[in-house]
Amino acid sequence: MTTLVIAEHDNASLKGATRNALAAAAKVGGDIHLLVAGNNAAGAANQGAACAGIAKVLLADVPYYLSAENLAALVVSIAGNYSHIFAPASTFGKNFMPRVAALLDVAQVSEIVAVLSENTFVRPVYAGNALATVESADKTKVVTVRATAFPAVEDGGSAPVENLAALPDSGLSKQVGQELTKSERPELGAAKVVIAGGRGMGSGENYRKLLEPLADKLNAALGASRAAVDAGFVPNDFQVGQTGKIVAPQLYIAVGISGAIQHLAGMKDSKVIVAINKNPDEPIFQIADYGLVADLNEAVPELVAKL
Amino acid sequence: MKILVPVKRVVDANVKVRPKADESGVDLANLKMAMNPFDEIAVEEAVRLKENGAATEVVVVSCGSSASQETLRTALSVGADRAILVDCGETELQPLAVAKLLKAVCVEEAPKLVIAGKQAIDDDANQVGQMLAALQGWPQAAFASKVEIVGDGAKVTREVDGGLEILEVSLPAVVTADLRLNEPRYAKLPDVMKAKKKPLDTKTPADLGVDIAPRLKTLKVSEPPKRQGGGKVADVADLVNKLKNEAKVI
Repeated sequence: MTTLVIAEHDNASLKGATRNALAAAAKVGGDIHLLVAGNNAAGAANQGAACAGIAKVLLADVPYYLSAENLAALVVSIAGNYSHIFAPASTFGKNFMPRVAALLDVAQVSEIVAVLSENTFVRPVYAGNALATVESADKTKVVTVRATAFPAVEDGGSAPVENLAALPDSGLSKQVGQELTKSERPELGAAKVVIAGGRGMGSGENYRKLLEPLADKLNAALGASRAAVDAGFVPNDFQVGQTGKIVAPQLYIAVGISGAIQHLAGMKDSKVIVAINKNPDEPIFQIADYGLVADLNEAVPELVAKL
Repeated sequence: MKILVPVKRVVDANVKVRPKADESGVDLANLKMAMNPFDEIAVEEAVRLKENGAATEVVVVSCGSSASQETLRTALSVGADRAILVDCGETELQPLAVAKLLKAVCVEEAPKLVIAGKQAIDDDANQVGQMLAALQGWPQAAFASKVEIVGDGAKVTREVDGGLEILEVSLPAVVTADLRLNEPRYAKLPDVMKAKKKPLDTKTPADLGVDIAPRLKTLKVSEPPKRQGGGKVADVADLVNKLKNEAKVI
């Protein structure tokens, strides 16, 4: 029994969620191999080799755009060696893993939060309002992993790195542009403190004016509710919720957020939740550890001043 | 150019669903049902592509029980031309089975573009569009926030962690719709009436030669751990004090 974990990385280094997926794979038992497919990705492969608990790193140097089509084909080409294939349930993993499952004619188990045995997993459904325990009888278990549910694997290994030959480019799609948000702040999915704003912020300008100083003070990542994204205050990759990012920081401060079901799905596993809202009846207060009923336009600057 | 849009009947997004007491599933009795919100966005995008001349026909398809006819009529009322119900009775449908049914429909209908919602808000699987693309050997552009038909391909802006990615794909292809792709319109009453007269064909999985037996067995569906909330603080000073000295998180 061997699990193949597909690394998410930027060639130079591993993304944090890869370490969480490795932790989930470790719960399965058996050996773990890590596939690092990229362009000059030796840096990421070496970081993978240093992770605790890995038997082997496979490094595939892919000299063309690594589309979902190309990555899925590469994974399928070696899938016969594995009982399990794991990847982070980020936009990276969600994109190509269902292709892998379909090509292998097996089900995919999406976004697991627990591994109960080699074939039984727990995953949230209905925006996290229910937890389904599912059993797979398929020959290969194709699984994506919710990062916040598994503590990251630390360094402590020295696995060999083997080269894996790339397949030819499928040519089905090509990347013609990229607009990545440049930010000095911690990554939303991995930050210890998250400050999120909702429709109550009123405008994108007000969101930035009030929340950026608070995020600076606490070295926090900035997030938002779907309502704030819909209203155009912030880009979509700020979105926390069922259809956005799932976060579980030490401290989550929800400002001007009502607490719709789909937002709570993305943050209710945070360790400490603070809610600031002028309406005491909003559902966000039901899950907040510390609710402050106040006008956010006054409370947030005061909070910045007192920290 | 023909566009195929798969739509799913799901519990309304604003309804809080609870597991049944015997943990055999969730209790959906008498709950409000609606079209999956991402599928509404997919239908809207297809209709807009038809309105701006890039597409000639929009066909909607739903796999589910006969109640899914209602969802198909909703899609017809906002501009889809005709509908196909793949009547699966009450059999539990999993994403791989739906992708296989849609593949069979694609073989019959030969669409140039499939626009699906990125995720259904009931099983939260986020699989069908990508699986269909794989089964057909087609390119995919998942989590789209912008779709343009350019020449004989499509240029799609995708929402990815950390920003946006722009892809060019050859057609036929599968695009899955993310939140910001568009804002779906509401149906006007005369269009709701007209939708009742639009064609709606019914097929079965057997007609399409697809085995829809579930692959994953659900052992139980349980309530997530309850969070103890509801605490209040008097003012900002109290909040800072509690975060520092009680919760010790700052």
